[in-house]
Amino acid sequence: MIQSLRFRAAVVSIAIFLAFIGVWHLATRQTASVGTMSPEYAKLMGLTATSGKSAMPGPLDVGAKLWEHLKRPFYDNGPNDKGLGIQLAYSIGRVGLGYLIAVIVAIPLGFLIGMSPLMNKALDPFIQVLKPISPLAWMPLALYTIKDSSLSAIFVIFICSVWPMLLNTAFGVAAVRKEWINVARTLEVGTFRRAFTVILPAAAPTILTGMRISIGIAWLVIVAAEMLVGGTGIGYFVWNEWNNLSITNVIIAILLIGIVGMLLDQILARFTRMVTFPE
Amino acid sequence: MSTFDNPFDPARRLRAGACSCGQHASQSEHEATLQLSCDIPETEDKRYEGVVASAVMRAVFPKEIARRAFLKSVGASSALAALSQFFPIKTATEVFAQGAGKLEKTDLKVGFIPITCATPIIMADPLGFYAKQGLKVEVVKTAGWAVIRDKTINKEYDAAHMLAPMPIAISLGLGSQPIPFTVPAIENINGQGITLAMKHKDKRDPKDWKGFKLAVPFDYSMHNYLLRYYLAEHGIDPDTDIQIRSVPPPEMVANLRADNIDGFLAPDNICQRAIYDGVGFMHILSKEIWDGHPCCSFAASKEFITTSPNSFAALTRAIVDATAYASKAENRKSIAEAIAPAAYLNAPPVVLEQVLTGTYADGLGGIKTDAKRVDFDPFPWQSFAVWMMTQMQRWGQIKGDVDYKGVAEQIYLATDTAKVMKEMGLTPPTTSYKSFAVMGKTFDPEKPKEYLASFKIRKAT
Repeated sequence: MIQSLRFRAAVVSIAIFLAFIGVWHLATRQTASVGTMSPEYAKLMGLTATSGKSAMPGPLDVGAKLWEHLKRPFYDNGPNDKGLGIQLAYSIGRVGLGYLIAVIVAIPLGFLIGMSPLMNKALDPFIQVLKPISPLAWMPLALYTIKDSSLSAIFVIFICSVWPMLLNTAFGVAAVRKEWINVARTLEVGTFRRAFTVILPAAAPTILTGMRISIGIAWLVIVAAEMLVGGTGIGYFVWNEWNNLSITNVIIAILLIGIVGMLLDQILARFTRMVTFPE
Repeated sequence: MSTFDNPFDPARRLRAGACSCGQHASQSEHEATLQLSCDIPETEDKRYEGVVASAVMRAVFPKEIARRAFLKSVGASSALAALSQFFPIKTATEVFAQGAGKLEKTDLKVGFIPITCATPIIMADPLGFYAKQGLKVEVVKTAGWAVIRDKTINKEYDAAHMLAPMPIAISLGLGSQPIPFTVPAIENINGQGITLAMKHKDKRDPKDWKGFKLAVPFDYSMHNYLLRYYLAEHGIDPDTDIQIRSVPPPEMVANLRADNIDGFLAPDNICQRAIYDGVGFMHILSKEIWDGHPCCSFAASKEFITTSPNSFAALTRAIVDATAYASKAENRKSIAEAIAPAAYLNAPPVVLEQVLTGTYADGLGGIKTDAKRVDFDPFPWQSFAVWMMTQMQRWGQIKGDVDYKGVAEQIYLATDTAKVMKEMGLTPPTTSYKSFAVMGKTFDPEKPKEYLASFKIRKAT
């Protein structure tokens, strides 16, 4: 039964995909007729103006362009023009670094907050105010104070991805069942040992859920950050192609950003399953 | 420290930073030498020996005070003897004279915005103008004017492509912290245009434009001042009758297509791009408002100039050289091809060709030719700066009085550029102020106050 459900879901997915492509194709076909123009004039104009080609690329244009990129993902034509593979690698590197710093900060701090009701109450207002700030709002401040654009990008990833982890860690630690802690106390387990052998395993699923939310946010932020910082990364690629009004390339970048984001999320989801325990 | 100083003179500073060329202890001494520069130069060998010895002294005594104290106590000759004991100054001098690597910094970063105004900065890379000066320059594409400003202030870039009024705004602290900036060269003159949406093709008289939403790339831009000037001359108050928005160039075309704006005064290739995509037409070229107006500038911070005067001079030479090359009509087509790839402008070559050669589709079915649609002339006329300041005051960006000439001469380095041009065998203008006409109205750089007072439409103060 499960097998057939999966099968049916796959069929429906493919049908939705095909329908979407079909509608997209129809919507972007050659449209209005165009007025006549002299051949010399037409030579100076773009396809949209001369042949009535839609300004929005169709699925065939995107497919052809995507194939072109996939054929040579790692070319390097100097500082302003690199292959998509290299751009993605830069972005993943930046996200990885910013995220790692966030993990290093958020988990110990979350533990502290979770284990101490006083700190929990005291830090709460700060966290609540800082949490909803958009990466674009942090960027000018970071650029101005850090005075280095690549460090600013990493800082922005850090500051935006730290909060869900912090809150989830604190919540997970605070919500460990009192019986377990009491048992540990009865057995005279020291504070450190208690933290690592009782609280950490018990809170791990919640912490990892926080980490999973955070990696999603970090990946969201990277595009905005790189658009401003420039130079390398998938965000820069989007901005550069936007500059050239190449919607085809922008669509390809959107597709790739989605796929990479999904992969990152799946990796964290797998980790979460590894530490989950039945009660 | 200059090439010509005696490093064993205790009263002499070894580090640059004193005068604008870095060769003299103070600005007044610098000017004095310029006035009476008829002293006989020493022999080349002697000069090189001085350079090497000063480098050694700098290495041995990184602290200025320690060096002076040492020299005062032992005397110059015994200091030289002592140094020669453990460092072969003579040999080093010979090696140095052969290499003659006087550039303080050879790896430089220069930021640019992807528009045709940046042509000299960009093309100097693929066409080898930087390499000719012994520089390794990385030209970095940047997302917008505010970002390029911040990155240059943060010293991520050694020099950058900026709108001509930006260095004035930065130096005066408008919209940012005041930091002394300089303009050694104007990148391009002309090269902008007013593009309107296709639906306005019958509204060619600006008097019919009330209620329009128009876009300019940045507040401190010639685009903004020229558009306001043009509208005001036609009796439209740019602050009350229409809306002027600051919009990044690529978004201008998209906004025009989406009907969010009615038109824009933009740098080129953006105007031509709107025509190429069939969303707009060329109302007028900015050249028709003021023929020969500056557009973008090549800018560097005062700090870069004082710490690396030789690298800065080499960079200026490269830009002047590139500008001279770009100003020739026969080179334009090859330039268009060189700067079109994704690493530089990332634009269709046919669009760039139309901008640079001046034979272009006007968007209404006609082909027009104007070889001076965009032109290149590096000389940073100080009168340009004075005009910009009058407009900054006119539209309320500067409140109160300005020392027009003082500021202009600080920022627009006409004298230094003239010197570089002379060294390169070019003939720079003999004066740094010239009068010009904007829409038929003459601007006299000697009377900026009267000029400002003569405008009826201006921001109420």
